[in-house]
Amino acid sequence: MAYSEKVIDHYQNPKNVGTLDKASKNVGTGLVGAPECGDVMRLQIQVDDATGMITDAKFKTFGCGSAIASSSLATEWLKGKSVDEALKIDNMTIVEELNLPPVKIHCSVLAEDAIKAAINDYREKNGMDKIKFEESVVH
Amino acid sequence: MLKLPIYLDNNATTPMDPRVLEAMTPYFLNHFGNAASRNHPFGWEAEEAVDYAREQVAKLIGADPKEIIFTSGATEADNLAIKGVFEMYASKGNHIITATTEHKAVLDTCKHIEKQGGEVTYLNVQPDGLIDLKALEAAIKPSTVLIALMYANNEIGSVMPIKEISAIARKHGVLVFTDATQAVGKIPVDVNKDGIDLMAFTAHKMYGPKGVGALYVRRKNPRVKVTAQMDGGGHERGMRSGTLNVPGIVGFGKACELCQLEMESDTQRISKLRDKLESSLLKLEEAYVNGSTEHRLPHVSNISFKHVEGEGLLMGFNKNIALSSGSACTSASLEPSYVLKALGLGDDLAHSSLRFGLGRFTTEEQIDYTIKAISETVNKLRDMSPLWEMYKEGIDLNSIEWAAH
Repeated sequence: MAYSEKVIDHYQNPKNVGTLDKASKNVGTGLVGAPECGDVMRLQIQVDDATGMITDAKFKTFGCGSAIASSSLATEWLKGKSVDEALKIDNMTIVEELNLPPVKIHCSVLAEDAIKAAINDYREKNGMDKIKFEESVVH
Repeated sequence: MLKLPIYLDNNATTPMDPRVLEAMTPYFLNHFGNAASRNHPFGWEAEEAVDYAREQVAKLIGADPKEIIFTSGATEADNLAIKGVFEMYASKGNHIITATTEHKAVLDTCKHIEKQGGEVTYLNVQPDGLIDLKALEAAIKPSTVLIALMYANNEIGSVMPIKEISAIARKHGVLVFTDATQAVGKIPVDVNKDGIDLMAFTAHKMYGPKGVGALYVRRKNPRVKVTAQMDGGGHERGMRSGTLNVPGIVGFGKACELCQLEMESDTQRISKLRDKLESSLLKLEEAYVNGSTEHRLPHVSNISFKHVEGEGLLMGFNKNIALSSGSACTSASLEPSYVLKALGLGDDLAHSSLRFGLGRFTTEEQIDYTIKAISETVNKLRDMSPLWEMYKEGIDLNSIEWAAH
């Protein structure tokens, strides 16, 4: 299977690989996927309390090239967005941006799930209710 | 200078040896006759060439030329052996014993047999990929007609104790069929010493052309028969109709001859390279060999690199190194390798595996390049892997409740 150029570029030059301090109050961490399924994503956001803006985002991913690219792209998109805007990131926009084939759509779903999980982690830490999301369907 | 890409997927197929192509060429152009044309020189030439190739093929496995049935490849030979025995020996019984790690050509044929009213026992293998002989013997019933176990496994290279298997089969009057696709031409295979009744193998795994293979069918002690699965002109002693693929068969014969001549020197050279590759990659932390290292083909190594995913790993170098992985993402089914899972590997380790298949044309320079490229990619991906980070922090990954999806 041939990868799109964008996937290859993210794979070769992943953006924002790393770790934020998960104990910090303004860091939200989302860990999704499972090792036995062949992909695990950890996505972290750092939020400015005053403005509600995401000032930094980092990821680490165990998975195929498409999973790595999806999470790398997600971190790029998260930075500079407000938390509310971040919630609107839809997996299909990741699919379109990376030209993911149908068998790789689950990678984008995982990235969307990771964003939501990170935001909820941040909300919980800061005394806000977790947002209930509908179950992703493409699992 | 090193030429890229490097081919290390010789279990999938091998490049053709130029000497094989040379032997074949005249049979496309000048000697194009049909080997079944009995009344003119074109037919005679073709028949003579086929006879000669049949001898070359038979010699490699210690068989009589009359015991070689040419087919389109190993898949067809697997089908002919299993379905052919099932039908031919229907009055004796309907039970077949095989193993979960067999090639799909055997497993799916067995599934077909079950639909036809047959009974199939799928034996589990031990962690080294080999069969438990006691379990095998225990599975034999009065209705058992065939034991179908591969000579060497295509994913991990483990070599089954065929001699011991056939001794058990003999004791109970059961026929032994072995899919020896990966073994013939690579290690000594002798149908008489090994006690094999039927054996499938193919040219393109031993530097011959694609589209030609053979089924060995024993003629003496016991005389084995299979019901034809392809009806027509009664070629190949009635067991496989269809005009013979003369150039392919000539190439198959030449490939067998070369393997026989060069097996020892090839094995010596290739196994040294394999061992270098393996020991160098095992210097990486948390890298494990899958399957037996004691009973194994000399050119194969299957290694799992924990906490990196196989397809992601391949992507780091697959422009330059041709390899395959047990990762789900590289197969159409989205399931990780059923062979690795049968060894008892968790899905995570199965996802993290690479299969190396070295060959006659593998060079030390290629192996050095491969060691470097893979080590770098594994390290790069581990720096990117949340599982590796947790492992390094001493977190037990099994203690985490993963959201299965």
